[in-house]
Amino acid sequence: MGLYRSHVLICGGTGCVSSGSLEVLEALKKGLAEKGMDKEILVVSTGCHGMCEMGPIVVVYPEGTFYCRVTAADVPELIEEHLYKGRVVERLIYKGEGKASDVPHYTEIPFYKKQHRIALRNCGYINPDSIDEYIARDGYAALVKALTEMTPEAVIEEVKTSGLRGRGGGGFPTGLKWSFCARSAGDKKYVICNADEGDPGAFMDRSLLEGDPHAVVEGMLLGAYAMGANEGYIYCRAEYPLAIKRLKRTIEQATEYGLLGEHILGTDFSFELHIKEGAGAFVCGEETALMASIEGRRGMPRPRPPFPANKGLWGKPSNINNVETWANVPSIIRNGGEWYAAMGTEKSKGTKVFALTGKVNHTGLVEVPMGTTIREIVFEIGGGILNGKKFKAVQIGGPSGGCLTKDHLDIPISYESLSQVGAIMGSGGLVVMDEDNCMVDVAKFFLEFTQAESCGKCPPCREGTKKMLDILTRICAGKGKPEDLEALEYLGTMIKETSLCGLGQTAPNPVLTTLRYFRDEYEAHINEKRCPAGACTELTRFIIDADKCIGCTKCARVCPADAITGAVKQPHVIDQDKCVKCGACAEACPVKAIDRR
Amino acid sequence: MPKIKTLDDLKKIKESTMDLTGARSQGKTRIIIGMGTCGIAAGARAVMEAVMAELSRRGLKDVSVETTGCIGMCQDEPLLDVIHGGESRITYGKVGPDDVPRIIAEHVVNGRVVEDKVIGRTD
Amino acid sequence: MTTTQEEVLSKVREIVSPWKDKKGGLIPILQQAQHEFGYLPPEVVQAISDEMLIPLAEIYGVATFYAQFHLKPRGRHVVRVCRGTACHVRGSLKILEKLKETLHVTDNGTTEDLRFTLEPVACLGACGLAPVMTIDEQTFGRVRPEMLGDILGKFE
Ligand SMILES: Cc1cc2nc3c(=O)[nH]c(=O)nc-3n(C[C@H](O)[C@H](O)[C@H](O)COP(=O)(O)O)c2cc1C
Ligand code: SF4
Ligand code: SF4
Ligand code: SF4
Ligand code: FES
Ligand code: FES
Ligand code: FES
Repeated sequence: MGLYRSHVLICGGTGCVSSGSLEVLEALKKGLAEKGMDKEILVVSTGCHGMCEMGPIVVVYPEGTFYCRVTAADVPELIEEHLYKGRVVERLIYKGEGKASDVPHYTEIPFYKKQHRIALRNCGYINPDSIDEYIARDGYAALVKALTEMTPEAVIEEVKTSGLRGRGGGGFPTGLKWSFCARSAGDKKYVICNADEGDPGAFMDRSLLEGDPHAVVEGMLLGAYAMGANEGYIYCRAEYPLAIKRLKRTIEQATEYGLLGEHILGTDFSFELHIKEGAGAFVCGEETALMASIEGRRGMPRPRPPFPANKGLWGKPSNINNVETWANVPSIIRNGGEWYAAMGTEKSKGTKVFALTGKVNHTGLVEVPMGTTIREIVFEIGGGILNGKKFKAVQIGGPSGGCLTKDHLDIPISYESLSQVGAIMGSGGLVVMDEDNCMVDVAKFFLEFTQAESCGKCPPCREGTKKMLDILTRICAGKGKPEDLEALEYLGTMIKETSLCGLGQTAPNPVLTTLRYFRDEYEAHINEKRCPAGACTELTRFIIDADKCIGCTKCARVCPADAITGAVKQPHVIDQDKCVKCGACAEACPVKAIDRR
Repeated sequence: MPKIKTLDDLKKIKESTMDLTGARSQGKTRIIIGMGTCGIAAGARAVMEAVMAELSRRGLKDVSVETTGCIGMCQDEPLLDVIHGGESRITYGKVGPDDVPRIIAEHVVNGRVVEDKVIGRTD
Repeated sequence: MTTTQEEVLSKVREIVSPWKDKKGGLIPILQQAQHEFGYLPPEVVQAISDEMLIPLAEIYGVATFYAQFHLKPRGRHVVRVCRGTACHVRGSLKILEKLKETLHVTDNGTTEDLRFTLEPVACLGACGLAPVMTIDEQTFGRVRPEMLGDILGKFE
């Protein structure tokens, strides 16, 4: 193996591949070979860097130069200028708010600077298809340590000390959960990784599975050893084909090295790992439904107890954790629980990965210590609101979460602080909304989602959410009645209290929090038949400002409904009854005389 | 592929791969070669190849090799800078491939500046 | 593609054989069968039932529960439009509406010439590129309504 003076890392995650990173990879390999530089420069395909929006991402080491939106056409210049002559190609440099003149090291970019990467530490840094690179980053050292120096009880103690809590939404203390399963009698036990990632808008699990799959597998091995399980399943969404491919490779490599299979490291510990593809039902993310789905049945939740720790998969004691939870375990065992517990808040320890999306300048994956404020995430890491618009709300926790306002920006994020204000941590989806987003519409959007995904087992969830959705649809269409708000509150509270599983118990949250914090928007829809954000089409009106109109007739010509009349050089008018609110006129008007209200 | 049985097996893989991934962090010692137009004309490529050859011959780790553009001292090309540990940046001028083994042995390995070739020092 | 009864049977036998004595095979079998036949026609479901000794009702129960399974033929290309949160707030509804209009189909509908099937789906995991759509295995990010003609044109 020769020595390489420089490594060029190209993101091979789902986001960047769809922006064309595979072509960039090909062009680089070809270009370097042509110049005879392929012996001194190594090209590596990595997992997601968490900044997919700016993809394809290319990082050049040892300088740590971060290039974004690189296309195959840029490659010759990149090779000639940077790799050959050592001159940074400024045009492709990531420009945060900083000046282009000082080229920051990868880690100095504001988006990464405030982050603290533990779960994501290898994502975008190693080649996920290479077990050796994972080992070079201390991979599997925790497994060796546990199997050679630690009892299963000691492993559980360490996880308890770390204060790690479930990252799949519930936030249940992981060490405690493991101890239940460990104590449960039985010669056959299972560990399961929940990679169903149903929250629309969150993609940290995909990124982890694509970028550092060995960490998830090592975490599961540690858990299996601690709880006495010898078989495991990773239940992954079928929508993540790349993650599934990487996982298969990972299992092959670990098996070749004897890290999976019989008598691992020559001990009595054996572990077999399978991958199951999900079949597209959100409710299968719920643990009992997920197990039913692995068994080949309809994925419907069942009442607990019995808990999976006693009767889980095929009636055997089982333990299920989320992808991110598992990925944190190797670092905890390697560095000790105290090390992990030193980060975060009193009751919420360590770091959490958030998927920052919506109307912010830099969207992407953000891993920060618990206790970081929403303001820091949205404004410092995320670089503030897109197009200089005003921040309105942030939706945390996906369809089970809630919408928070600018008054909550300074809350230090933890499981407790979020539930106090009516939101939840959930999977860590963080969707930023600006003044153009209508909160009634957003609430309706989430309810549509949960309503469609309700498995139908319990009437309050099945029928209640439908009722709520009907009301919201009516309000958005300008046909709401004042008593609708109380009805929503009543139904929401009832569904929360009487549903069997977490889907129903949390489905009303987006509606209830928006009712609490944005009641005036609901009232405007109902009382004034007006959508303040101009988002609900049925309530939007297009009006021509007679003072601005120059009578060019452009709008009348594009209107599909013939709703616009007026003589040449005279102000035009829109017939509201005919208008179908397509917005074509407003776009066509050269003097911006048409207002959307 | 041999199965991993002990911590030592793991360490072996780790070390051999670290050689590979080492380039992904800035090494303790940095060697920077001027690759501007006149640098290349004066033979900087050959100097860089000599650096790479010498490093791998000696199995030196934790040294990163970087290139840089014109730094405005064209008359002294090829230029080669060494930053050893946290010390100041030493610039060597008129470096030929033959000078490379000496600079690496003295400066990079033993931390002694090769005075007769130095043309500049910056912090 | 016309397949004879025997061909169906032998394909199904091949698909179910690894699962004969194992637990939890139904979903992977249906996934494989759908991959093979494009959808789950009645004769295939019947054959699976016969081979695995699983009642038809149970198979249909499972097949209709999961969004992934289709009992009707589908277009040559499947167009998926992300209706996840990140895409919604960046305008994915407009993309969906425009596609419905151009293709003259409703949600989950198939064009008459069997060229396209349109499916709204939850998050595709590429939220950073919102709004996102996929056609078959290809992902398209930062889609704007006016780009749709070109995108669709690539698929015959
Ligand atoms: C409707 C519903 C959907 C869920 N979806 C997921 C999911 O996609 N991923 C996940 O890890 N947990 C999900 N959960 C939580 C799981 O039931 C379970 O609590 C979690 O996997 C436990 O792992 P943890 O302790 O590591 O968080 C969901 C729960 C409910 C009620
Ligand atoms: S609460 Fe809803 S999703 Fe959960 S079991 Fe009941 S009906 Fe199904
Ligand atoms: S919004 Fe559309 S339908 Fe209404 S007036 Fe303008 S162009 Fe015509
Ligand atoms: S396009 Fe604008 S300026 Fe022209 S007639 Fe219409 S409203 Fe008036
Ligand atoms: S896929 Fe490349 S940064 Fe996310
Ligand atoms: S080109 Fe080398 S110093 Fe000017
Ligand atoms: S919300 Fe559309 S890809 Fe995630």
